[in-house]
Amino acid sequence: MTTRFEPHRSRPTSILRRRVVLQTLVFLPAVFVICMLEPSHAQDSAVNFNRDIRALLSDRCFHCHGPDEEDRKAGLRLDTRDGDEGALNALKPGDVKGSELFMRITSDDPDTVMPPPEAHKKPLSQQEQALFKAWIEQGAKYEAFWAFTSLETPPTPTVSDDSWAANSLDRFVMRKLDQSGVSPQPTADRRTLLRRLSLDLTGLPPSREEIENFLADKSENAYEGAVDRLLRSPRFGEHLARHWLDLVRFADTNGIHHDHYRDLSPYRDWVIRSFNQNLPYDDFVRFQIAGDLYESPSNDQLIASGFNRLHMIIDRGTMLPEESHARNVIDRVTSVGTAFMGLTVGCAVCHDHKYDPITSREFYQLYAFFNNIDATPETGGRSGNDFKRGLQQPYIELPDPEHQRRRDELTAQIVSHEKEISDLKAAAPTANEQETATEQETKEKQQKIKQIETKRNALRGELSKLEMLIPAAMVMKERSEIRPAHIMIRGAYDNLGEQVERGTPAFLPPMPEVVGRPRNRMDLANWFVSQEHPLTARVAVNRFWQQLFGVGIVKTSEDIGAQGEWPSHPDLLNYLASRFVTTDWDVKALMKEMVMSKTYQQSSRATPEQYKADPENRLLARGSRYRLDAEVIRDQILVTSGLLNSRMGGKSVKPPQPEGLWKSVSLPSSYPSRYVPDTGDQIVRRSVYTFWKRGLPPPQMTILNAPTREDCTARRERTNTPLQALLLMNEQQYMKAAEHLAIHALSLEEEGRLSAVYETITGRVPDAREQEVLQKALADFETFYRERPELAKVFAEKNTDSKHPAHAVAAWAMIVNTIYNLDITKTRS
Amino acid sequence: MDQTNPLSHARRQFLKNSGMGLGVAALGSLLPQNSIAQTNVAPAAKHVIFLFMAGAPSQVDLFDYKPDLDKQFKKPLPKSVSQGQRVTAMTRGKEQLVVPSMFKFNQAGESGLWMSELLPHLSRQADRLCILKSLNTNAINHDPAKTFVCTGSELPGKASMGAWLSYGLGAINKDLPDFIVLTSAFWTGGTRNVQGLYSRLWGSGFLPSKHQGVAFQTNGDPVLFLSNPEGVDSDVRRRMLDAAGELNRKHLTEIGDSEIETTISQQEMAFRMQSSVPELTDLSQESREVLDRYGPEVHKNGSFARNCLQARRMVERGVRFIQLFHRGWDHHSILPKQLRGQAYDVDQACSALIEDLAQRGLLDDTLIVFAGEFGRTVYGQGKLTRDDYGRDHHPRCFSGWLAGGGIKGGMSYGETDDFSYNVAENPVAVRDLHATLLHQLGIDHEKLNFPFQGLDQKLTGVEPARVVTEILS
Repeated sequence: MTTRFEPHRSRPTSILRRRVVLQTLVFLPAVFVICMLEPSHAQDSAVNFNRDIRALLSDRCFHCHGPDEEDRKAGLRLDTRDGDEGALNALKPGDVKGSELFMRITSDDPDTVMPPPEAHKKPLSQQEQALFKAWIEQGAKYEAFWAFTSLETPPTPTVSDDSWAANSLDRFVMRKLDQSGVSPQPTADRRTLLRRLSLDLTGLPPSREEIENFLADKSENAYEGAVDRLLRSPRFGEHLARHWLDLVRFADTNGIHHDHYRDLSPYRDWVIRSFNQNLPYDDFVRFQIAGDLYESPSNDQLIASGFNRLHMIIDRGTMLPEESHARNVIDRVTSVGTAFMGLTVGCAVCHDHKYDPITSREFYQLYAFFNNIDATPETGGRSGNDFKRGLQQPYIELPDPEHQRRRDELTAQIVSHEKEISDLKAAAPTANEQETATEQETKEKQQKIKQIETKRNALRGELSKLEMLIPAAMVMKERSEIRPAHIMIRGAYDNLGEQVERGTPAFLPPMPEVVGRPRNRMDLANWFVSQEHPLTARVAVNRFWQQLFGVGIVKTSEDIGAQGEWPSHPDLLNYLASRFVTTDWDVKALMKEMVMSKTYQQSSRATPEQYKADPENRLLARGSRYRLDAEVIRDQILVTSGLLNSRMGGKSVKPPQPEGLWKSVSLPSSYPSRYVPDTGDQIVRRSVYTFWKRGLPPPQMTILNAPTREDCTARRERTNTPLQALLLMNEQQYMKAAEHLAIHALSLEEEGRLSAVYETITGRVPDAREQEVLQKALADFETFYRERPELAKVFAEKNTDSKHPAHAVAAWAMIVNTIYNLDITKTRS
Repeated sequence: MDQTNPLSHARRQFLKNSGMGLGVAALGSLLPQNSIAQTNVAPAAKHVIFLFMAGAPSQVDLFDYKPDLDKQFKKPLPKSVSQGQRVTAMTRGKEQLVVPSMFKFNQAGESGLWMSELLPHLSRQADRLCILKSLNTNAINHDPAKTFVCTGSELPGKASMGAWLSYGLGAINKDLPDFIVLTSAFWTGGTRNVQGLYSRLWGSGFLPSKHQGVAFQTNGDPVLFLSNPEGVDSDVRRRMLDAAGELNRKHLTEIGDSEIETTISQQEMAFRMQSSVPELTDLSQESREVLDRYGPEVHKNGSFARNCLQARRMVERGVRFIQLFHRGWDHHSILPKQLRGQAYDVDQACSALIEDLAQRGLLDDTLIVFAGEFGRTVYGQGKLTRDDYGRDHHPRCFSGWLAGGGIKGGMSYGETDDFSYNVAENPVAVRDLHATLLHQLGIDHEKLNFPFQGLDQKLTGVEPARVVTEILS
């Protein structure tokens, strides 16, 4: 893949493309993981082409012997078996010695060995060569790539322990455990379970009351009751939305050059609403790709079409508009590729995809669906309300009734004033009359006009202010006349090749014909969510799985194509994806099925050896354990300290951040160029509402691996760094939260105070040892602050309404700070 | 075990565990193996200081001496030179009239390199400089061009130079970040030509984020959240960490996940940074002579000069990659006045940095790079008089310089045509600069890669890149 807009080699403008058959290949970046998980397979007599061979071919061979015709060497392609240039030219099934491919990969002559040294590819290891040997001996069979085959429900496996398998999902997991000779962990204790469930479904830990209720509920379906309760919680939508917003690069600034403000918050609110109302996923997709193309679209459908507006956008007067336009459309298509197809379609901007069967032409056929936007490709000027409101045409306004009433009223008054003015002006005396009109009269009239104008201007000012308050959503809109689309040679906007029609890649099921009109985005959206489409459901289910288990069934959730990782449980993914489609894309039902499984409910305790053997828990032989996302960590601190303002929706908010950050990157003329934090309870809203400047997102988030939202992010990484430790120890809001909880703790009975704080934060009651450590620390802190009144005083000054002695507040704040910094607090287990 | 004092026990226990340092903890996680091990280039340098002149300084007025242009004043740039090259939205459709530099050039040092009168201090270092006149890039607008120089790609999402080095070479000093960023702007050159920065310019992209640059702040904590909150001092922080460590270790025994061990060691590293970073940024021990060398601006917080001095201190303490961003070079109009200010900001400081490193024997180990994201046009914008003009963006050629780190001094490499418009010989593409930089640190750019989105990603991208061997000493 060449990144777009990089220097380009020339290529012929028109290339006759052969249809690439389904047999396109795959690479596993982590072959070793699979080997580790399935230790027997290398010795297995049966070589699995998809699992064992495809990856190697893709990684080592396709660059020169793959789908991209232009770079193909020696007229040989190894992504297809048959055909003039197909792999059989270099393979003799059953005859290893007669297969040139094998001779080449095992040669020690630098002139003949493949891959050649100058390709800088790793030579094939002996083990890998052995796989090729066995594969050729077994007939060198090719198989269709798993993710591109149609969805079918695989037969439910029989497993060693029926009692363990709570639902079909578990059987797929257990089959693999059986094969690996590993037993699952027992179900986690109830406190851990409820905490896990609450964090996974709502992004917030359970309250002590919720824990108490759950523990008291001895009924058989207590757990299911908790699941249902959490799925009904409005927090569910906020939490799921947060993941979605990473994927679609939702942010509050344009991201380029001035990085000015823009407001797409109605889109965020719609995503939250959709998850809460359990909008079927197929509609969720349709609304976003083509909500504007419904016959009479609802506001929600229009707002959702703002998906097409989430890309970065450059300021007017910097780049050439035609280049900006091309960039925007490429970004839009690439995002559709990542979000709905799970493919790196952007690789085909400059040339045919090297690994997946997507030609450059096909990329531009997808491009043709998205290039017809009726909008300027760059931001507008600085004058007027649109700029201040962070809006770019086209958008719809969403006034509440009171706003609308007042606006109508003001508009009517302005119109009436204008009429008065023009009437007065029209009544200007004719030449004859002029003689008779006294100077006085003329003067009075002019004064009157002036008076009315002043009134009108005041009303205009008021209207303008009112408009600033009216929410508005940027939407997608088609031009009436379709803008032609061309192949851009080497991705260059100013080097146009052949014109292309709207269409979809040939390796996927054909799109139904439409009659009497060109295909449009709605046809495309319907095609994505058709029963036959192999990708949409798999990609979505894999991501929902990732949200609950920490790692997707296909780890590379941004790419389930040829270069993506081989799924840890292919049948499980197929099972869940086909169920997702047959249950009418019911997201909550899918989430419920996953969390109701025994697999999900396992304890995450294991031996260090088990952790070492499978650090990412790909076998699912235990409950997953991983660090919480930045937003969840912050929200947990806010809610457990009692500070969280749970108001939903609306414009983004600005909690305090260290001073000067924006200034260090902004232009003086950026809007805004300085960070002015909000005040009051706006600063303790859930993090999903935090203002996101792409040029410098909130450090409380990025230090903990939140993305910049400049491009689509399907999965975050999780690191563990000293900067994170500093953040959690020292961030002022987090320390304030600790003080808040400390003061609350001091109002409780001394007996059980520590336990209450510990339980509030971690969901667990401290055992004797934990009590002991914390009691000692508390005594230590108290002594310390008693001896250091000048330090303790700081806490008293900040908490003037607290009746408790300064050293006690300080000591308890440090206890809370200690617990907030425990590994178990920032971890989901 | 001393039952009477678990806190002190915890501390001892920690010291024992941390003896192996952070690296071991980091190795515990599932990092994809990079292929550095296969590299066999001997490193010439250990550190890089990249002086990034954000906004794009004019090569025509600083380094690329074209005396004959004097006769071309206000004459149209010949079409044979511009060859229909793309322009920005600002000059599209406008006449392209040549403006020679109003500044005098002098030959400097024994090598006789031509340098602008705007750089009197740096001219004294001429024999240590390798001026590249044939740098070129593809992007014509700031944002993509800066992203390209810093990450090898015009689009966001790729790893930056410093992140690659951190990933490929690891840390020298375990108590400081491997990659530190210092920014300066709104200085003598004024505010009107200041362009934006974006954290992606020092981001880790697809690499693990522990490799991202740590941007030091001018005001407040140099490292975000470094200081204890009010009412907390290092004594009480120590006690708090002892208690947290004690509990974390208990949980480690129960749960079995070695990630808890990493948390413990990262908290301890954070604690050490609470003293190592203030020590690093405290200039009170610098001698009068050294401070004077950097010029009067060094006394002002956030100046380029002060950042240069900080960079030297960082090199001394083993920081691998230090990137300075000095903004304000985007001179579309009133160039002479504003370029003067910008040059004043950097001239003495750059010279002092070279001298300072050389005196301490660190220059050989440290590669200094000075470059913007592109150059500026020979044709003018704005007023267009002999001594008042502006220049537009120009990707086809631009100048920068290297010093130290195994690079030949007193030389100039690459030539442009008579109009400083096209590269005439020995082009150096940005990816060639990247390849050379990596090479000097002992890395074969072809072998430093990371699998992402189905590709073995490299700093130098997919186009062929070349180490500029002609400039290596």
